[in-house]
Amino acid sequence: MYKYDQYDQAMVDARVEEFRDQARRRLEGKLTEDQFKPLRLMNGLYLQLHAYMLRVAIPYGTLNARQMEALADIAEKYDRGYGHFTTRQNIQYNWIKLEDAADILADLSKVEMHAIQTSGNCIRNISADHFAGAAADEVVDPRPYAELMRQWSSFHPEFTYLPRKFKIAVIGSETDRAAMRLHDIGIRIVKRDGEVGAQFYAGGGMGRTPMIAPLIRDFVPLDQLITYAEACLRVYNRYGRRDNKYKARIKILVHELGAAEYTRQVEEEFAHMLSVGVEPPLEELARIAAHFELPEPLRRPGPRAGTPLTPERIKNIGVPGQARDGGFEAWALNNTHPHRHPDYVSAVISLKPAGGIPGDATSEQMRVVAKLARHYSFDELRVMHTQNLLLPHVAIADLPALWQALDAAGLGSPNMDTIEDIIACPGLDYCSLANARSIPLAQRISERFAASGRTEVVGELKLKISGCINACGHHHAGHIGILGVDKKGKENFQLSLGGSEAEDVSLAKITGPGFDEDGVIAAVEKVTDVYLATRADGERFLDTYRRIGMEPFKEALYG
Amino acid sequence: MAKDIGTSPDEVQFRFRDDEPVDHGTVTVDACCDQTNATAVRIEPGDDARLLLPFLDRLALVEVNFPSFGDGRGYSAARILREAGYTGELRAVGQVLIDQLSHMRRCGFDSFAPDKRLDEDDAARAFATWVNVYQRAADRRATIADKRHEA
Repeated sequence: MYKYDQYDQAMVDARVEEFRDQARRRLEGKLTEDQFKPLRLMNGLYLQLHAYMLRVAIPYGTLNARQMEALADIAEKYDRGYGHFTTRQNIQYNWIKLEDAADILADLSKVEMHAIQTSGNCIRNISADHFAGAAADEVVDPRPYAELMRQWSSFHPEFTYLPRKFKIAVIGSETDRAAMRLHDIGIRIVKRDGEVGAQFYAGGGMGRTPMIAPLIRDFVPLDQLITYAEACLRVYNRYGRRDNKYKARIKILVHELGAAEYTRQVEEEFAHMLSVGVEPPLEELARIAAHFELPEPLRRPGPRAGTPLTPERIKNIGVPGQARDGGFEAWALNNTHPHRHPDYVSAVISLKPAGGIPGDATSEQMRVVAKLARHYSFDELRVMHTQNLLLPHVAIADLPALWQALDAAGLGSPNMDTIEDIIACPGLDYCSLANARSIPLAQRISERFAASGRTEVVGELKLKISGCINACGHHHAGHIGILGVDKKGKENFQLSLGGSEAEDVSLAKITGPGFDEDGVIAAVEKVTDVYLATRADGERFLDTYRRIGMEPFKEALYG
Repeated sequence: MAKDIGTSPDEVQFRFRDDEPVDHGTVTVDACCDQTNATAVRIEPGDDARLLLPFLDRLALVEVNFPSFGDGRGYSAARILREAGYTGELRAVGQVLIDQLSHMRRCGFDSFAPDKRLDEDDAARAFATWVNVYQRAADRRATIADKRHEA
């Protein structure tokens, strides 16, 4: 894992002091609320419906046990004893007092954390594949590049007042577990003839106008990575629309110019930037990469890549003949991911208990997870964009003990990528932008499917719920998406099908007229009925939808 | 003759240059491109700073206007001029706020004429916020990465 040196620490400390000073000037009336707003936003502080919300950055979703414990302490000391893990691999606290904010930032800085640029019209916290450094299918660990970009994008003097927010995701596999092409810039680290470089996609996003980012350059050499990103940003900063907040994201610029013209302008700027010399020395990347070396036991033998655990293999884990709760086997089958080392897996910790609030964890649960990370995963933890946690490097032999501890803490749901593993935005329960409540809907759907035992029968089905068109719940990218809207003062839910945030990226299409809350739950059941009645062998919900199209689903819903 | 616009030397609150400030008005980018003798020009957010590149030798003052502090195009304009070798005065005018001074300085601004005068102590603190920096920029400061890998 990356560790701050004296410079990184000094930057974060300086930021805490800067924010303390800004808050003072606000209180003294030297700053108007209009002037203060972008400053507090760039320190992660939003004003929501009931209170301030603080969003803490977890760069590329990686953290250690001590950091998780600090997050637990903050939840207890300054909030109501829980936090909410987000689709940007961050954590949010929903009940913060403005006067505590600087102290919280100071607490965070003691464990090499911060809330820098987790909001505002700037380059946001950079996300990455949550299985980075662990996945069997990985070509290159994306985290060193994400860290290089974290440093470059922090307090960038030119790009702090962009037309709108700017999100970057970095992956290093063919498989996309970070919704890479639904980001303002998506980067895939690739290897070509042994040389490592970066594929750049630009202009993706969700929100009101969802777009899939086109490829704008197939290979950027590693010693030009920052320069290329800087060129992408400069063209956007100069020409992105500022006349309309809803048309200000880079996706609109790329769409209006056309990918070819945007690319041409970036290439021209890039050629100029190369002559200016903005790239950090290549040794810096090597220095950062050294922080991400695999823990010693994982380097030998091999590493040969692991394969998915099979039911037979799971039965033989640990002491042969040992009595075991049935729940373990389902969890080990569903919630583990093949590791690059054959004796290890990555283990997903579901924050989606049936009937629970997606992504919420109590301080107590955070502490349990921290302890387990220390014990079973080389002191490393990840936050997933699906609002779950994971332990990246767990010995297969340790899985039964790990599961027992998780289950005891209410963290053992075996439901990764099932219909219970719902992504939902905070919705009208917290958010001042929302039109509808997402959380109660998620709770009822997961409860319903868990109770009927259907979750397992249906298998992989990604359900995503947003409480308004800003799409924080990624409904455009759901195999099933639900969008809450306001219809004459009443909550109404539009259903859409066929989205995907993965390497087979696609945008979901609306089925037809919306439903009330009960109606949309029944509608979700109906579309799964159609799937179960029509699916061919091995087909996921999404595959069946793609094969048979929208009509049979419409017929079942409205016919 | 283009109409005089721009700030006068007494409106400049902070200046990091030793030469005499230009004491006449500025012209628009369009006017500057049309007339061959202007030595001071004012860039508005929508202007393309690169149109000025053929005239950099004769320019002594470029004002970059920030009619709204949230419009960050002027930061790019400033860096583009410095990257092209402009060494004259680069003045940030308009809604220039305390918390923008350090970034503006990094982008190459060396004088500041905020439309509302800023508290001197707060400004001094703001200019000194970043002892170290992560990015290469127009101020040519050695970055943290440079310092980490000094021979």
